[in-house]
Amino acid sequence: MAHAPEPDLASGDPGDERPRWDNKAQYLLSCIGFAVGLGNIWRFPYLCQTYGGGAFLIPYVIALIFEGIPLFHVELAIGQRLRKGSIGVWTAVSPYLSGLGLGCVMLSSLVSLYYNTILAWVLWYFLNSFQHPLPWSSCPPDLNRTGFVEECQGSSAVSYFWYRQTLNITADINDSGSIQWRLLICLAACWAVVYMCVIRGVETTGKAIYFTASFPYLVLTIFLIRGLTLPGATKGLSYLFTPNMQILQNPRVWLDAATQIFFSLSLAFGGHIAFASYNSPRNDCRKDAVVIALVNSMTSLYASIAVFSILGFKATNSYERCLDRNILSLINEFDFPEQSISRDDYPAVLVHLTATQPRRVARLPLKACHLEDFLDKTASGPGLAFIVFTEAVLHMPGAPGWAVLFFGMLFTLGLSSMFGNMEAIITPLLDNGVLPRWVPKEALTGLVCLACFLCATCFTLQSGNYWLEIFDNFAAPLNLLIFAFLEVVGVVYVYGMKRFCDDIAWMTGRRPGPYWRLTWRVVSPLLLLTIFVAYVTLLARKPLSYRAWNPQYELFPSRQEKLYPGWVRAACVLLSLLPVLWVPMAALAQLLTRWKRTWRDRDVRPDTNTR
Amino acid sequence: MLWLLFFLVTAIHAELCQPGAENAFKVRLSIRTALGDKAYAWDTNEEYLFKAMVAFSMRKVPNREATEISHVLLCNVTQRVSFWFVVTDPSKNHTLPAVEVQLAIRMNRNRINNAFSLNDQTLEFLKIPSTLAPPTDPSVPIWIIIFGVIFCIVIVAITLLILSGIRQRRRKNKEPSEVDDAEDKCENMITIENGIPCDPLDMKGGHINDAFMTEDERLTPL
Repeated sequence: MAHAPEPDLASGDPGDERPRWDNKAQYLLSCIGFAVGLGNIWRFPYLCQTYGGGAFLIPYVIALIFEGIPLFHVELAIGQRLRKGSIGVWTAVSPYLSGLGLGCVMLSSLVSLYYNTILAWVLWYFLNSFQHPLPWSSCPPDLNRTGFVEECQGSSAVSYFWYRQTLNITADINDSGSIQWRLLICLAACWAVVYMCVIRGVETTGKAIYFTASFPYLVLTIFLIRGLTLPGATKGLSYLFTPNMQILQNPRVWLDAATQIFFSLSLAFGGHIAFASYNSPRNDCRKDAVVIALVNSMTSLYASIAVFSILGFKATNSYERCLDRNILSLINEFDFPEQSISRDDYPAVLVHLTATQPRRVARLPLKACHLEDFLDKTASGPGLAFIVFTEAVLHMPGAPGWAVLFFGMLFTLGLSSMFGNMEAIITPLLDNGVLPRWVPKEALTGLVCLACFLCATCFTLQSGNYWLEIFDNFAAPLNLLIFAFLEVVGVVYVYGMKRFCDDIAWMTGRRPGPYWRLTWRVVSPLLLLTIFVAYVTLLARKPLSYRAWNPQYELFPSRQEKLYPGWVRAACVLLSLLPVLWVPMAALAQLLTRWKRTWRDRDVRPDTNTR
Repeated sequence: MLWLLFFLVTAIHAELCQPGAENAFKVRLSIRTALGDKAYAWDTNEEYLFKAMVAFSMRKVPNREATEISHVLLCNVTQRVSFWFVVTDPSKNHTLPAVEVQLAIRMNRNRINNAFSLNDQTLEFLKIPSTLAPPTDPSVPIWIIIFGVIFCIVIVAITLLILSGIRQRRRKNKEPSEVDDAEDKCENMITIENGIPCDPLDMKGGHINDAFMTEDERLTPL
């Protein structure tokens, strides 16, 4: 009788009303959609390019093998086994760890707030893409219509549209400004869309995910094919992937690779635990973990090829326009016939003219045009999507169509990640019966979405972008690292490695091999600890500053570096600590209730003992 | 005598129209950039048309209705296709003030551009800024229209989902009572096959087959 013992914790009563995925594909797509998000498009290509192209893949793959996949397997397995959201799972592992679940829920709420605001920006750009010419293609004329608006003239039409016509940003974080009604209604629409998809939990999410998870891949393929046929694409790709092995000696590369894998897989949010809890108990979560993690990394690579072929085209385009401007200056000054100097002849002609008429040449506003400078002008984060890419799209024939596709892709990418975030909040609340039974699920999800929308309106203020950067830099990273560390340690050392392996053997049919056991026990906790320490040291060394968009700045259009005022710094600290504080507080509360019980028992016992 | 007069006139003309002269403007055309293959060559006939357009523009200015084509002087035509021009008064001794010429050109810029199939960027009057076209704002911005469409669809979908959820829950509440009715009916139903009533399969209990002897009963105890 050599079959694995039945797990003793209730794996589901016969009358279990827990909703389920309609089929395996929904579950896989949901996890992939949650893991694949905006970061795959605008963070990975930037890291790849900054850290020596193809060489970056080495620390990335190592981090994937030793940190990403093991942690991911732990989350899926524990969620599938205990069949509860994050609060229920960690309370079941140990009552002292219940704070971990609470912290995860709070963290997911904070992240949902600003993540959906980014989606509101994407929606705004999407709505504005349905016109020709695109609104960010030219500067608006000023009041007497003799020139363009000064701020736009000084920077660029794309930057002006982003900073002024979208965000209407103030020059300082202290100056909050007013609520931008355009962004507010886009935010309302985004939360309405999220509510529509999450309204009945996995029932509705499972249907919506078919579209939101597959549409980005379709668009990426279209962009890849289009991008590779554009002139200059190969230059962008070779610049991205040319390996620079020297850069591996810089420890910063390894840190960024590890953090990128970690945040890219959306670990420690509680979303994967929630998704896995709706699975049938006997499901091969090991294969799922490996498949989803690999799909996530492949998507990053695929996206970076598409993105960089387009950016290569943009750089080549800018380089050619720079050359053309110089050639035009020469032709106009020396009255040569039109188009008499080709781009290839330009260097020779310039040398000849500098030798024969140096004074006239010196007076001309000639800029040095190097292709590498334009290739270097990439960015990460919103800067890539809303400034660099929008400019690249302008020069592609059929620009509005490409803009619609691009922002539609970003929207669906972010939406599928939002599903994971919302499930991470809603599933624990449902499991713990926060609202009475007779309140329908739709009402709970509606309340959560409404509360998040009201809180997120602060990001639609004119200084909202600065606050969003604060949330992005301080709320998420440190807390996630701590939570992931506690997760792996909690499962391996508190729940028990043997018990966990037995559970996995029961669920998948095979005990986890030595690779899994070693990474869970030693490698992943150590890696997480190292990353955490490195992160904190780097953070401590840098003064807390931000870069403001100030048209009055003398080096405009460069952003002005300003320090955070005192109260903002306090807010940063609060954001970093608030989710984590739940862990010790809940543990303390549990300890106090235990003590109270033992004291109460001790008071009762003397009566029974004295017979 | 006539030759002397001729030389005098051309000399004065030459003085009036010079690069950088008072009230003179430089014009630059980029015909090949604008028209590509359909570019025309710049010759004296095109210059004549230009003079005509400038004279036409000056005639629109009050007090200058008597401007003739011969009052417009062109000089320094280069291969770039750039040249300088001035507009003289009827006596051909003085040039008209730059402000008036500027005003005239600005008001008729569109007509001048169209005469040469060029636009503000390819037919440049240096030092005469062109008035930019007003932004073509439709009465209702396009983004609001699309936003309205999407938002309405989403609200309708949410309402439908909520209503179907309410209906589902009402059906579930009615179901337990319906299931009880069905069970009663089942018990009263007798299946009939070939006219002979069959015994209904009793789900709830089992019949005990007395003919079957259990294992321990067969073997007599020791």
